[in-house]
Amino acid sequence: MKFLRFISAGLGAAALAMSAQAAGGALHAGPPEGGWAFEGPLGELDMESVQRGYQVYREVCASCHSMRLLHYRNLGEPGGPFYDPEYPNANNNPLVKSFAAMDEILSDTPNDVGDYEYRPARPSDEFKSPYPNDQAARAANGGALPPDLSVITKARHGGASYIYHLLIGYPEDEAISTREIEVPAEEAEGESEGEAEGEEAGPTTETQTVIDVSRMHQLEEHGGHYEGTLVQPVGQYYNPYFAGDTAAQWEGDPRHTPPGGFLAMPKQLSPGRVQYLDGTEATVEQMARDVAAFLQWAGEPKQEQRKSTGLAVMIYLLILAVLLWFSFHRIWRKVDH
Amino acid sequence: MSGHPSTYEPKTGFTKWLDTRLPIVRLAYDSFVDFPTPKNLNYWWTFGGILAVCLATQILSGVVLAMHYTPSVDGAFASVERIMRDVPYGWLIRYIHANGASMFFLAVYIHMFRGLYYGSYKAPREVLWILGCVIFLLMMATAFLGYVLPWGQMSYHGANVITGLIGALPVVGDSIKAWLMGGPSIGNQTLQRFFSLHYLLPFMIAGVVILHIWALHVPGNNNPAGVEARKDPEGLKKDTVPFHPYYTVKDGFAIVVFLLIFATFVFYMPNVLGHADNYIEANPLVTPAHIVPEWYLLPFYAILRAITFDIGPIPAKLLGVIAMFGSIAILFVVPWLDTSKVRSMRYRPVARQFFLGFVVAGLLLGWCGASNPDDPIIPMGSDQLVVSYTDANGNEATQTYEEYEAAATFRDQKIADGTDASIAVQKAPAFRFVHLAQILTAYYFAYFLIILPLLGLREKPKDEPASIHKAVLGHDRAAPAPAE
Repeated sequence: MKFLRFISAGLGAAALAMSAQAAGGALHAGPPEGGWAFEGPLGELDMESVQRGYQVYREVCASCHSMRLLHYRNLGEPGGPFYDPEYPNANNNPLVKSFAAMDEILSDTPNDVGDYEYRPARPSDEFKSPYPNDQAARAANGGALPPDLSVITKARHGGASYIYHLLIGYPEDEAISTREIEVPAEEAEGESEGEAEGEEAGPTTETQTVIDVSRMHQLEEHGGHYEGTLVQPVGQYYNPYFAGDTAAQWEGDPRHTPPGGFLAMPKQLSPGRVQYLDGTEATVEQMARDVAAFLQWAGEPKQEQRKSTGLAVMIYLLILAVLLWFSFHRIWRKVDH
Repeated sequence: MSGHPSTYEPKTGFTKWLDTRLPIVRLAYDSFVDFPTPKNLNYWWTFGGILAVCLATQILSGVVLAMHYTPSVDGAFASVERIMRDVPYGWLIRYIHANGASMFFLAVYIHMFRGLYYGSYKAPREVLWILGCVIFLLMMATAFLGYVLPWGQMSYHGANVITGLIGALPVVGDSIKAWLMGGPSIGNQTLQRFFSLHYLLPFMIAGVVILHIWALHVPGNNNPAGVEARKDPEGLKKDTVPFHPYYTVKDGFAIVVFLLIFATFVFYMPNVLGHADNYIEANPLVTPAHIVPEWYLLPFYAILRAITFDIGPIPAKLLGVIAMFGSIAILFVVPWLDTSKVRSMRYRPVARQFFLGFVVAGLLLGWCGASNPDDPIIPMGSDQLVVSYTDANGNEATQTYEEYEAAATFRDQKIADGTDASIAVQKAPAFRFVHLAQILTAYYFAYFLIILPLLGLREKPKDEPASIHKAVLGHDRAAPAPAE
């Protein structure tokens, strides 16, 4: 039995090692205060939160992020935020129909004369994508492609907690300042090659955004103390939860670089960014929590069915195991072994 | 199949008629009902049945998944998610299949360690063991092919790493690589052939499993005591019990317990054994920060990466590939490497310690495979700061500091003086994952090539019991049924 203990201890260690793999130097995103309703084997999604999250997605995220694996009908299917038992077929659900009809999409089937027309979306359509293709999306976002959010909670370590912390994890204004630096003449010239010659070739100044990370409470709470500044590249925003590398932008002890990285998405949520239809106060934390819950549902719309089926399967297997245990002892009772 | 006389007696008219034409019921009866099985088998012996369940589960769930899957680079990722969303109970079938692969490997590793501990590979069971190794190899190939099919980031970049390994082989490597990929790079044609082969290999596994069971039923099971069941009728009766109902019920219990663990993963943590990056659609232009295989291949991945030095004309990369394939190939010849006449390590106290070390080495290799090889495990000293600047004579010079403040002041002063200066980190020496992996790899090979051959000649084993019957009696008195 020493042998068995050895193996189980080893397996435990291996599992630990695997959960730690490829973390990427970002702050660990634990669940928000109060945890998630969907956690645990019996946890269920807080559907009101998911509904509000859909509103946040539509009004904030959807202007850049697609959700190509989702259809409007999914919102009204069993396990979806707008499921109504009166409409078992989600395509008939008036609420879902009205959500769909708010979006104009390019029809995927040609009309009578072979042209593709714009029409209001129907429940059977995919969520409308903000851009016609990836190139258009990059062009509109400084070269960065806003990731599709359909399975984002499954595609990131930390899942919904990661989304939550990323959205609220940007440095506060008090940590951000700007500074003027002198750019040596040759460099400035090199950058503006092709521009009108004969311009004064003296030193020019450039405005940089810098972040005093010693004033970021997120780092104090979860990542220890950091002394120094991060220089934010143009069109990039620091976030300690975003997997990346801060070494190149770090002015401070290079042995102690702050966690996280730079992403092309600026801070999106400010108090009151959306006006919740149900009257909930739209604090930054509330919106982040709701949209993370919505994305958690969207990443796996069948998760509640999975857990409830699982409960029945586990009970069945447990009873079967007990019955087999007694059968085993009865059959073997006269045999030395 | 086996040497023992058949006791099957057809009862009905039909079975009598069939028995004289195709004695398949007789075959099944003699193999799985009346088959004499040592009565001292412990729970480590239930994994054969568990593995049969795993294979059947994978084939059944896989056939259904193939009905809905689209093997194309444009459709694969979305079709997998469509299975999860729109196919009735598709999420269940896919999670069973994905986690089933992990469960299959968990069971096969325990099964193999069992064989190594109790000497199940020794005469007359060498062919049985080799067939098992063939199954293991086919399983790894099937798992690798299957992992590519969802066409996520790890699928694509993992496939790149593995095909790259084959490209490292001298002379023929590039041709084989192009042949595997169906072209110069991984693309639609690769996905289609991987899908085709992923469907084919499980049936080859099933074929080898039949041979494996056949080869098992000729000599019969090994057992924890490692002594053969007696052949004379009275001895056989004392040493063995019929497979049914004694082992059908015991295996059945073990299978259900195993299914409980399986179901825990499927229903409550279906993605914990996978990698988040594989839910990002494959993009050849973006390489994930850490490419890691599935957990069950990590020890071999660690062996591959442990070789960081050239030996003579052989480059490190090729050596790594040789070591990795060698670590599997060596299993095939274990029956001839182990020189001990005693099968079970119960009676080989010294060998048992080395075996436990081998199990630990395997698990730690998995840890190394999951970690970044350059990460320190035990740091020795602290990192230093090195300021590089140009001195008064125009030569490159450096100055080393412990404190950042001092280094920064010095750098700023140099810059103010009009010379270039910059700070870099000099990493402290450390015992890193790559070092651990090298030690463990050395132990892995030494276990088979040095320890097993020499130990068998030099160690002094304890006395083996005269028979299984005696072993059970003695066993019960010494320690009251630890495994049962």
